Amino acid sequence: MGVHAGVVFAFFYAPIAILIIFSFSGDRLVGRWGGFTLDWYREFWNNDQLTNSITVSLQVALIATVASVVLGTLSALALERFRFRGRRVFDALLYLPIIIPDVTMGIMMLVFFAEGIDVVDSLLGISLAKGITTITLSHIAFCISFVSVVVRARLSGMDSRLEEAAMDLYATRWQTFRYVTLPQILPGVAGGGLLALTLSLDDVVISQFTSGPGATTLPVYVFSLIRKGVTPMINSVSVVMFLASLVLIAAMLAVDRLRSTGSSVPSAVPGGDLSAEPAVGGHERGDT
Amino acid sequence: MTARPAVEIRGITKRFDDVVAVDAIDMQIADGEFFAMLGPSGCGKTTTLRMIAGLEFPTEGSLKIFGDEVGTLPPHKRPVNTVFQSYALFPHMNVLDNVAFGLRMNGVDRTTARRRASEMIALVRLSGMENRRPAQMSGGQQQRVALARALVNEPKVLLLDEPLGALDLKLRQDMQLELKELQRRLGISFVFVTHDQEEALTMSDRIAVMNNGRLLQVGTPEEIYERPANRFVADFIGTTNLLDGTVVDGSTVCLANGTRVAARCEHPAGTTVAVCLRPERARVVTAGDGTASRIDGVIDTVTYIGNARVYTVRLDWMQLRVREENRPGAAPREAGDPVSVTWDMNAVTVVTE
Repeated sequence: MGVHAGVVFAFFYAPIAILIIFSFSGDRLVGRWGGFTLDWYREFWNNDQLTNSITVSLQVALIATVASVVLGTLSALALERFRFRGRRVFDALLYLPIIIPDVTMGIMMLVFFAEGIDVVDSLLGISLAKGITTITLSHIAFCISFVSVVVRARLSGMDSRLEEAAMDLYATRWQTFRYVTLPQILPGVAGGGLLALTLSLDDVVISQFTSGPGATTLPVYVFSLIRKGVTPMINSVSVVMFLASLVLIAAMLAVDRLRSTGSSVPSAVPGGDLSAEPAVGGHERGDT
Repeated sequence: MTARPAVEIRGITKRFDDVVAVDAIDMQIADGEFFAMLGPSGCGKTTTLRMIAGLEFPTEGSLKIFGDEVGTLPPHKRPVNTVFQSYALFPHMNVLDNVAFGLRMNGVDRTTARRRASEMIALVRLSGMENRRPAQMSGGQQQRVALARALVNEPKVLLLDEPLGALDLKLRQDMQLELKELQRRLGISFVFVTHDQEEALTMSDRIAVMNNGRLLQVGTPEEIYERPANRFVADFIGTTNLLDGTVVDGSTVCLANGTRVAARCEHPAGTTVAVCLRPERARVVTAGDGTASRIDGVIDTVTYIGNARVYTVRLDWMQLRVREENRPGAAPREAGDPVSVTWDMNAVTVVTE
């Protein structure tokens, strides 16, 4: 058993170890050791195109995550809690971006933006930037589906009587969502958000099609580097990305641990805390 | 001052797609009354309760609370609160915040809300548990939190949906008394949904018996038990023997085997009826004895239950249950004894379908 586990771990982690080691290699060839150096990291730091692409990636990812979390959660609520005409069709359509291949999605987006943006521009009399705007829009488009699926799973596991109880206790629809539904589905929303963030940061194919001449995301840029001829700078870029994701995961685990220990021990604060401050001035009850 | 009904329901119907859950019900619930809606599952009692709460809107009809039409008002605009089946306490809040929730949503400031919530928690005898989460409490304690959470808002009518269903027997009996006592002290109407007829009889001032979305009878526990409006009510409330037959005249019913028995009835001659004979109203006598109303049979089983004996008597066409109080000098009978089952004319009621 020990040996097997060792083989599996070697299989998993040896590439990472090699990547890290060779990012410090002084040789111009990716796979040859040429003495310790930090040159590649320096080159990476001084490469404006590269740092720009990181900025673009982060901007796109943050906007796409926030937007898709809001829209995905709303669509999950609509599908789980309301009956309306066309619900089943909407339900099926929502899964489409998960199912169709990225290449197809990318081409669709390309055509849509090539035709659509001009129409929108001329209609609204504005000029949308083709790079960042189009990448962000396309990322939002496919992230919504993933967020919606994750949030729905959480919503369907939630007792809908809690919402009825809140409404019975004079909460409006908004207050019910804010103080009862949202705290209950928050793990799902957070999970969906994280998924959206990862997918957006990761995406090469769709971004490739929708990025304009001005803006490229990090994965697209790295991909283009490979075509030009690889230098160990790619290793250093990868190591930085790898470390960034480790930090994200560590932060997530830390938050999770804090939360779970917080709820299993009775709150020591006298009077507790109504998880948030309800808006004062609710609704008057009938007559008195 | 004329007493306005707390809840006034006129011709309320609720349809879910093609299913009629509640069918043209009329009902009045007086202020300060302990009112039970009783029936088997799926009879429409919970739907009716949810319509009063505003969690469902009636398809047709009028629903008034203290004279105000509330038929399509959302729940947060009605002066009623609900104790939900399995309580629906907010798992992410502690007891204090659960109880204070309604007050906070109603715009009461935090300090006042906390103070009033604490008072209500004390009233349901949970002081010291303010900081617990619902998951850390027993079923009975959660039940009290649910009560406190509803009552702290001083509703004009408290709605309870099978509130004792999840508790074990002993706890349930304690809570029955406690609920009754609480209702007397607060003086508001409690509208209570249950499928447990014993619970309804014990606690209620009046009971509405429902089946298949229809209201079959409304009355005091005594009226419902003594004078059931029809066969379903007679069968559903308590245990009873239903002897099929047809009306001969105003005081005679001919049973299915041809025996004529005395029973007062207003139905015209020839009507198919059932004679409703409660086990404790019948007597087992030596074969051939007894009054004019008498059926012969053989004792099948004898069950000794301490304060009484329950006999099942086999007739050639059905079985009867007879309950005999355990008095000194009562001669116990044994299985196989040929006996007559007899009763007084005013001990039975005649019901139709």
